[in-house]
Amino acid sequence: MRPMVENYPFFSIFACMVAGILCAVIKKGKTAWYLTIGVCALTALLSALTLAAVGEGDGYAFVYTMGRFAAPYGNAIRVGPLQALLTMVFAGVMALALTGGSRDLFHDVQEKKLPLYCTMCCMTLASLLALTYTNDVFTGYVFIEISTIAACALVMAKDTGPNLIATIRYLFMSLLGSGLFLIGLTFLNAVTGYLLMPSLSTAIADLAASGQYHVPLTVSAGLMVAGLGVKSAMFPFHLWLPGAHGGATTTSSAILSGLVLKGYIVLMIVLMVRVFGLALMVEMGMTTVVLLFGLMGMIFGSVSAIREHHVKRMLAYSSVAQIGYIFMGLGLGSPAGIVASCFHILVHATCKPLLFLCAGRLSAVSGHHRSLKNLRGSAYRDIAAGIGFTVGALSMIGIPLFGGFVSKLYFASASLNSNGMVMVLLTIALSTVLNALYYVPAVLAIWITPPPELQQHILEISDPREAEFDRNFTIAAVILMAGVFVLGIFYHPILDVIQMGVQLL
Amino acid sequence: MLELIIQNRFAVVAVILFGIGFLNVLLQQNLLKKVVGFNIMDSAVFLLLASLGYIEGGIAPIVGEQGFNPQYINPIPSGLVLTGIVVSVSITAFSLALIQRIYRRYGTIRLNELLEKAGKEDD
Repeated sequence: MRPMVENYPFFSIFACMVAGILCAVIKKGKTAWYLTIGVCALTALLSALTLAAVGEGDGYAFVYTMGRFAAPYGNAIRVGPLQALLTMVFAGVMALALTGGSRDLFHDVQEKKLPLYCTMCCMTLASLLALTYTNDVFTGYVFIEISTIAACALVMAKDTGPNLIATIRYLFMSLLGSGLFLIGLTFLNAVTGYLLMPSLSTAIADLAASGQYHVPLTVSAGLMVAGLGVKSAMFPFHLWLPGAHGGATTTSSAILSGLVLKGYIVLMIVLMVRVFGLALMVEMGMTTVVLLFGLMGMIFGSVSAIREHHVKRMLAYSSVAQIGYIFMGLGLGSPAGIVASCFHILVHATCKPLLFLCAGRLSAVSGHHRSLKNLRGSAYRDIAAGIGFTVGALSMIGIPLFGGFVSKLYFASASLNSNGMVMVLLTIALSTVLNALYYVPAVLAIWITPPPELQQHILEISDPREAEFDRNFTIAAVILMAGVFVLGIFYHPILDVIQMGVQLL
Repeated sequence: MLELIIQNRFAVVAVILFGIGFLNVLLQQNLLKKVVGFNIMDSAVFLLLASLGYIEGGIAPIVGEQGFNPQYINPIPSGLVLTGIVVSVSITAFSLALIQRIYRRYGTIRLNELLEKAGKEDD
């Protein structure tokens, strides 16, 4: 008889799916919205309990087989401290994104479509959980596709022309990515004959030791990394991202930028560490490619963000740069790099939703204008949003005491003793300057009082109901801000858990 | 050479099909033709997968009167193909619905024209 706590990961995936189905039959939008937030909170709670159990002492990881089919036939999930921590943050942030963006959500999405929107949110969370927990590559593929459909639906929920086109571009790029992943999977299955990760891992280790099938293995690893890279907006494949994340409604942007991209990256980390093994990835040269793309993403994402005046698209380009950081950490090919990447996943998962929620709120009090020019002085119209945006921006730049600083510190220390040290350190420095170059003007813009005639004009066009105090938003923003500070100040225990988790991956 | 091709006939056809599909996805401006391209790509992968599990002279892997003795084909790739087909069908349905929506709004499904029109509409 296994301890009760080992059932929780599966329960949470199952609960999300059931809630998704229930949402589809509920008529009232608000009820579905409450149900979705409830199931997100439940998942966060269950993950926290799991984390408390598996993170105790030296920590342990367990495999949960579904049904009564033992490996190698059945399907399994594997849970360790890292997975529990990630899912806890993912589910919590999702609940906050739904809460904080609620006013925009009810404004942008038609009342009768709202339950379906909630269905898609539940499915997104279910696929994120499954991608994090899975111990079977094919299950990974299936949930990649579920996540694609759900994420596209989240983008097109705000029914405008540019959004539809952004969705179709996102969909095609995603399909290309999952197609590449599927072919990689086929090759891997052809040379090893397995799909479950532990069996795959031993088979690959044997093949690598004997030197057989070196080319198919490299091709398959390359295709899988490229496929997941396309879906998580790795640098040269990021062109779909600004339209999709910049145009969607606030909640969708926060979920897509903060969480959905991360699900694929977590799967990639698991593939690199558990299936192929870091040593083999380095030997095949895969990490070098990931490192280079990551470094380029850090620079070019920021450069594009500097040229952008539309505040949400600017944040979306900034996501490209931040994803570049994560890939850079993976590309270092050392456990320290992976730990830094995992920490940055957490930092970005709290910062970016905070920024998107605040940007959404700031533009709501400015007559739904999105360009920075029209947002001038908007921070005074909603102080909480102004402070939240400032906190998020400072964390993105990497000011001490904020979460972003710690991850940059750990990226830098992980890069010491690696072969690309000078290049990585220089790129981090350059990217910090570039981040400051667009976040500082944005922060200044929202705090500077505009000329009286412009202010008058904005007050005329904006809806007075929007200017009222938004309780849901304020609660979500305060919690996310607290998260940014916790990650920036009390980072030691979190990093210990991540370190333990990466070892047990 | 010819013998090699005949031995690997499934893989060769799969590669050719995949190339056709991939080029369609990349080069066609018409969204519908892109979706068709994706479908051709998927079919190529399914062909490769199904052929990998096939064993010459094998029978369907059902435990019947003959017990476990006869030679079965490998059931795992077939299972993957089935799942893959389901995924591919649902994605196709979703993209077709999306394309229909786009056509109603813009009156065209050529990507370059769409991007031009959407650029004007954007603030």
